[in-house]
Amino acid sequence: MPDNTSGEPMEFFIDMQRCIGCNACEMACAECETNGQESMIHIHYVDRPFSVQTTVQVCMHCEEPACANVCPADAITLGADGIVHTAKTSHCIGCSNCVLACPFGVPKKSDTKELMMKCNMCYDRTSVGKKPMCATVCPSQALYFGTRTEIAEKRPNSIPVNHFGFGNENVKTKVNIMMPKGYSFLKVK
Amino acid sequence: MLKHLHSLNRKAAVNGLIATALTIALVFIGSRNLQNFDPALIGYLAGTVFAVFGVTYRYSVWIQRPATQLYWKRSLQFLFSKSFITYSLLGLKLVFQNLLIQKFIFKRGTTRWIGHMLFAMGCLLGFAITLPLTFGWIHFEFKPGDTMNYYAHFFGFEMGGFELGSLMAFMAFHGLVFAAIMVTAGVVMIIRRRLTDGGLIATQTFEFDWIPLFLLLGIALTGIGIAFDYTYLQGRTYQFMAIFHAMTVILFLLYLPYGKFFHIFQRLAQLGAILYRTEGQKRGMAICPHTKEPFASQLHIDDLKQVSRDMGFDFTLEDGSNYLDLSPEGKRSTLAKAHMKVREEGGGFFG
Repeated sequence: MPDNTSGEPMEFFIDMQRCIGCNACEMACAECETNGQESMIHIHYVDRPFSVQTTVQVCMHCEEPACANVCPADAITLGADGIVHTAKTSHCIGCSNCVLACPFGVPKKSDTKELMMKCNMCYDRTSVGKKPMCATVCPSQALYFGTRTEIAEKRPNSIPVNHFGFGNENVKTKVNIMMPKGYSFLKVK
Repeated sequence: MLKHLHSLNRKAAVNGLIATALTIALVFIGSRNLQNFDPALIGYLAGTVFAVFGVTYRYSVWIQRPATQLYWKRSLQFLFSKSFITYSLLGLKLVFQNLLIQKFIFKRGTTRWIGHMLFAMGCLLGFAITLPLTFGWIHFEFKPGDTMNYYAHFFGFEMGGFELGSLMAFMAFHGLVFAAIMVTAGVVMIIRRRLTDGGLIATQTFEFDWIPLFLLLGIALTGIGIAFDYTYLQGRTYQFMAIFHAMTVILFLLYLPYGKFFHIFQRLAQLGAILYRTEGQKRGMAICPHTKEPFASQLHIDDLKQVSRDMGFDFTLEDGSNYLDLSPEGKRSTLAKAHMKVREEGGGFFG
């Protein structure tokens, strides 16, 4: 999805240290038409007894998505544009495999609807060159959607990283997390 | 051609051939050696036999996938355990709740549920009438000297009769018309939704979401057209309606194993998933090391570790534990803490 003016690709950049826990993204997310008016974003305290730090999480859109691979019903698809789509309503059997296998803890499951739902980067908007709802309202720019040139100007001491380590598993994503310059990989655990 | 044969899944192909042979055998048995088979329906029979092979083949390939195989095996294991009676009753309840009245779709939206129910029940009624007719299992006939009563035969055995012109006769002869009206109404409701919902407009595809609707609409409208033609037009458009109807039905049967309609056969797995969840909760819950709260059954977590390994993912940590032991919230918090640590090392929380 290129920027309309420069032609440079638009990307998603997250910096959870900038999250102030205002929940504006949560409200905006519920306006996304692909979610059916349900908020898919995760925002919560990291470790409330010890800290007031909050974190925000959208789908990272993995290049090799664990959620789609462990789905027994072929309900989750990876688009040619790298977007990992939410479960097809006709196929999802509500087993929760995706919810439990996602290393970023993203998919949500509704027990009554027997359906998994997750962020699909506001596909109704981003597929036509608009910004995702959450990124348009985030006051601290913990969620930012724009070009690499723009983010480099705004965060001169940071660099986008999309390689993550979870034990022996290395995951590459479409969405970036902003890290101090010099890093190219985030070992989560 | 041979190259393509080599790429076939052998187990699935064998299952497909067995199912096809069984269907053909049942056609011979049910129609009393084709005595009661209607040759006008040969095209429909060929399409159905192909669909039987295709559905069985795809289903067999599908249940060989690690995640699907696990649910398949576990469902049978739990069903045929000492809790057989409990799980059989649960299974019956779920068949009614999830397959017949489709409660879960009602929770996803009322209009959606009404539309889906209309065409699902219309299709079910249509299949219940047409399949036995196509296979020659059912046929109707008069008895010598009695032209006022029509007698139904199933597998060659007389099942009862009804008087021509009676309510029963009207219902029997118009069953497919009722089914077609239900399908048309349901499809129109769903088409309206697909044309007005912004989310669906962005994500739908022609081959997956629209072709099934066009096929159902084509079948239903030409089906109604046949009845309309012989009732009001003295058969003037019969050729067109009958040929177009046969074409749409056969296309539907060819599409059945590959497209969206395959979810009809996959839906049964939902019952297995609920049974799995019930048994898992009974056996004990996994506690997240971060939130200290139960979040899924330990059985599910252990099975998922194996399935993810089978799919090429290794979430084993340095201490031998597994990243999948964390709940979704635990995973998000762990990521945030790792990010904060890196920021601290970088000398500033914001860059």
